[in-house]
Amino acid sequence: MSTALDRERRRHRRSRLSLGQRELIWAYVFLAVPLVFFLGIRIWPALQSFQLSLFTWHVDPAQREYIGFDYYRELLSESRFHRALLNTLLYTVIIVPVQLALGLAIALLLQSVDRFRPFFRAVYFSPYMTPAAAVAWVWGWMYSVNFGIINTFLIEWSIFWENLGLPWLAIPPQPFLTDPSQALPSVAAVVIWQHLGFQVVIFLAGLQGIPRTFYEAARIDGAGAWALFRHITLPLLNPVMVFSIVISSIASLQLFDQVVNINFTNQGGPLDSTLTIALYMYQEAFGRFRMGYAAAVTVVLFLLILVVTVVQLRLASRKVEY
Amino acid sequence: MAAPTLRSSRSAAASGSRTRTPRVGTILSYALLLLGSVIMFFPFLWMILSSFKELREIFQLTLFPTSWSLDNYREVLTGTEFPRWFLNSLIVAGLTTLSVLFFCALVGYTLTRLRFPGRNAIFLLILSTLMIPTEMLVIPWFVMSSQFGWVNSYWGLLFPGLIPAFGVFLMRQFFTTLPRDLFDAGRVDGVSEFGLFWRIGLPLVRPGLAALGIFTFIGNWNAFLWPLIIARSPDMRTVPVGMAFFSNEAGTAWHLIMAASALAIVPILLVFFIFQRQIIEGVVLTGTKG
Repeated sequence: MSTALDRERRRHRRSRLSLGQRELIWAYVFLAVPLVFFLGIRIWPALQSFQLSLFTWHVDPAQREYIGFDYYRELLSESRFHRALLNTLLYTVIIVPVQLALGLAIALLLQSVDRFRPFFRAVYFSPYMTPAAAVAWVWGWMYSVNFGIINTFLIEWSIFWENLGLPWLAIPPQPFLTDPSQALPSVAAVVIWQHLGFQVVIFLAGLQGIPRTFYEAARIDGAGAWALFRHITLPLLNPVMVFSIVISSIASLQLFDQVVNINFTNQGGPLDSTLTIALYMYQEAFGRFRMGYAAAVTVVLFLLILVVTVVQLRLASRKVEY
Repeated sequence: MAAPTLRSSRSAAASGSRTRTPRVGTILSYALLLLGSVIMFFPFLWMILSSFKELREIFQLTLFPTSWSLDNYREVLTGTEFPRWFLNSLIVAGLTTLSVLFFCALVGYTLTRLRFPGRNAIFLLILSTLMIPTEMLVIPWFVMSSQFGWVNSYWGLLFPGLIPAFGVFLMRQFFTTLPRDLFDAGRVDGVSEFGLFWRIGLPLVRPGLAALGIFTFIGNWNAFLWPLIIARSPDMRTVPVGMAFFSNEAGTAWHLIMAASALAIVPILLVFFIFQRQIIEGVVLTGTKG
């Protein structure tokens, strides 16, 4: 009797032990390929980029020479890099707030209507899913100085108001992408147009997550529409807002597809006015094959993204107080 | 009249004059939304209408073509390598999506349902790769691809996207919501560890798989930087990369570009209309759980 019980207990203990071991073995069997992938395709190359930036470039690793931070010093004195850095920050400063404001405004409008919501949502979201190359071609043509639809419209618009005797409402045709001072905002407008739908959907979800009872209670206390927005909507939307800001900042700092495609024969032009860090990196690495130097550029980009994200998350976490 | 307005979130909260005051505001909302829709949709409309115009009409800047012609489409499909790019994009985006769904779900499952030492460390390691911008990886990837002979191949096009960290994160979120008892019950019934994942886990996270799959497909269909680098010959280009070179090869043939652009969004539109609900849910998940 007791031996049978012992055997039972022993088997139970052994099977539990082997269960834990089995889970361990299976876990690592399941994770083997993904772990190799993350270490070999993500983490190791990231470290390699840093390493490449400290050596002169040669296809044969044995012939690469250690030069320390020379490429970084070169970056500091390279005016095209300054231009790219400044442009990238300009894009971010234009795109992020405009996208945030428009995204929130459209989401609030959408929430205030109860018919056709899926239709509107689909229309606003569709540019987000379109390849940047197609988007850039169409916009590049619409922006065209002589046969672009926007300037054609501006001319018609001006004639209309001048005929009515109101010439100050006329807007002359614009150079858009051909003018160094207008090219960057023109590209930024395309990016805003393309990514707006994503922000709208995020904000709409955030708004729907706010319990209606909050508004009802505040209304009973006599709060007006602005007070409701200021004291209920905005604070409760804060986490969504932080997410939206961080995501659009990271995307803006990595701007490449639209910039390359909208002016494919003069990438980053005119006069480097639309050049971004990502495009500068691409040109140095795959146009001039200065891999080490380009790697240094990517390290700077990485640090920039890291700093911007950390600062934003810091500021956001301080602001949250309910 | 009162019943439908009561249902809307705004008027339900409004006190007094329920039937009249929301009207002006509602009409204004619809008007603004419609104006926004026109601005959002105009470039598509322009592209699609232009794609049906004959070459001589393309710069006349009238909205509608006087005679609708399919010549541009015929020329894109027979006179350029567009069909090949389209096929390349389908292959790359399709295979990547299959890999992402399988591996991200498997890792998500393993990180939530199995207990083993190093579990949190592995999750943090995977999460940390979210901070690395693609730009930082493309140079080492290209060097590596040159050494291994992956340049200008399908494998070269798709290897970087096989297991995205974001997908792992998303699937892990889905698996945490499943009760552990379910898997213990399966285990008692003698289901193998892989069977627990495949037969019990996967069917329960189908909404997550749908969202992740759609986003992966769209993201890879639209991918530009890496395919631009790794596709060295025209026949290995994907749709976005092939289109980028349109001006060089056809001397900026706007009529062909508009037709190609319209064709480039066809698979995306199909995916969108079939899975609209899952797409919206997917965005919502990234925003609220992220």
